[in-house]
Amino acid sequence: MRGRRLASLLAAIAFAAAPIAANAQQDATEREIERYREMISDPFSNPGYLNVDRGEAFWKTARGTKNVSLETCDLGQGPGKLEGAFARLPRYFADADQVMDTEQRLLWCMEKIQGLDTKDIIKRKFSPSNRKSNSDMEDLVAFIANKSNGEKLSQPLTHPKEKEAFLIGQELFYRRSATHDFSCQTCHGDAGKRIRLQALPQLNKHGKDAQLTQAAWPTYRISQSQVRTVQHRIWDCYRQMRMPAPAYASEGITALTVYLNKMAEGGEINVPSIKR
Amino acid sequence: MRMMKLFAAAAVFVLPAIAFADDRADMAKVDKVYADMFRDAKGEWAKRIELDETQKACSEYRNNLPQAEFEKVLKREKANVVMPADGKVMGDWKSGEKIAQSGFGLRFNDKPGTISGGNCYACHQVSKTELSFGTLGPSLLEYGKIRKFDPEEAKRTYAQIYNSNAVQPCSTMPRFGHNKVLDEQQIKDLVALLFDPESPVNK
Repeated sequence: MRGRRLASLLAAIAFAAAPIAANAQQDATEREIERYREMISDPFSNPGYLNVDRGEAFWKTARGTKNVSLETCDLGQGPGKLEGAFARLPRYFADADQVMDTEQRLLWCMEKIQGLDTKDIIKRKFSPSNRKSNSDMEDLVAFIANKSNGEKLSQPLTHPKEKEAFLIGQELFYRRSATHDFSCQTCHGDAGKRIRLQALPQLNKHGKDAQLTQAAWPTYRISQSQVRTVQHRIWDCYRQMRMPAPAYASEGITALTVYLNKMAEGGEINVPSIKR
Repeated sequence: MRMMKLFAAAAVFVLPAIAFADDRADMAKVDKVYADMFRDAKGEWAKRIELDETQKACSEYRNNLPQAEFEKVLKREKANVVMPADGKVMGDWKSGEKIAQSGFGLRFNDKPGTISGGNCYACHQVSKTELSFGTLGPSLLEYGKIRKFDPEEAKRTYAQIYNSNAVQPCSTMPRFGHNKVLDEQQIKDLVALLFDPESPVNK
């Protein structure tokens, strides 16, 4: 049984990677990828759930100069309360007087609560593709986001700084620059477009596209054999836009995330998902 | 009364999800956040985050320029077009096809000196033989044939690839020549891909 399952899985991978010869073939491929996704979305076969387990261990392990765990870290719902926290991030935190996303908040807790030097953590922000995972952050975010499964994305904009972040994110979305004059809008400003055969979600309008996109990160990326978070997705977008690498857990990425999550409000979280 | 209640209910129902989406952020703050996001960029990379006048206008107006701005961008970008000194705009379509296929170059993970592609297929249907094409731009099938292989149209096309904004301000397409993504010969090869009667675009 196990062997057969593995064989069909491998067949599906091979099929998904095969070159596409015609539109009919393309539809068949899409269906097959969808079937593969459903199959692997099972928590017992999605490798992203290994990150969730490791993330839990990181959350509970005493570290740093204060030799304590992260279990008293407040992600917006009270110290140590994880259920539904990710669904309501980024948000304003009075103790830091700042709007923070999950990564920023985790780094803040590591420094303030654990007395942990985050330089090394940030250096390992993204695990190398197709090698052994080595990112505490990818694991922690997968663990925390997973605790919001079944919850609907809700972007708070009640605090003036949250509203400000939304408006800054909106400007960044439309900002054209670098050698190719690209902005986020170039690829994500219309419905039903694609790059080559890759469908592009429209992200500057509240609706299904944005909901399905934002509620599906972190995701296990088959092509990279790693769990990736929104931080990585935006970093990769800027790479393709011929921009410099954006700073990890910077205010700008958080502002963009606030904007995107507002467009995605109501999207039901089911993570780690699985993507190409 | 009942009608009014109904209207009120409808008004609540159709209220936009984001009531202040038309508000704009303080630009000085946006610039600060933007500069901070790319704080690690040095040298040539730092220059990439500086917006030129056209990028500023297209960003601010989200590509819908008011008439006066439209004229300004058009005039400025037209003046930026450099046509080939030898007056010839047609190169080799076979090499053009390779340039149209390639998405390499100028990304932060590309080796410095990597020859850039035009990546035309990412956004356009170009030839009948390549089925993996994007839809952000219009189809270019039979581009030259439709234009009766008119040499003036070929020159106009060279200018448009060199600087899309000289034809259409705030175009989605990069200004390939103006921003030195592609060199003169590469643009000539792309014009040939579109205008050579032997090219798969026109076959």
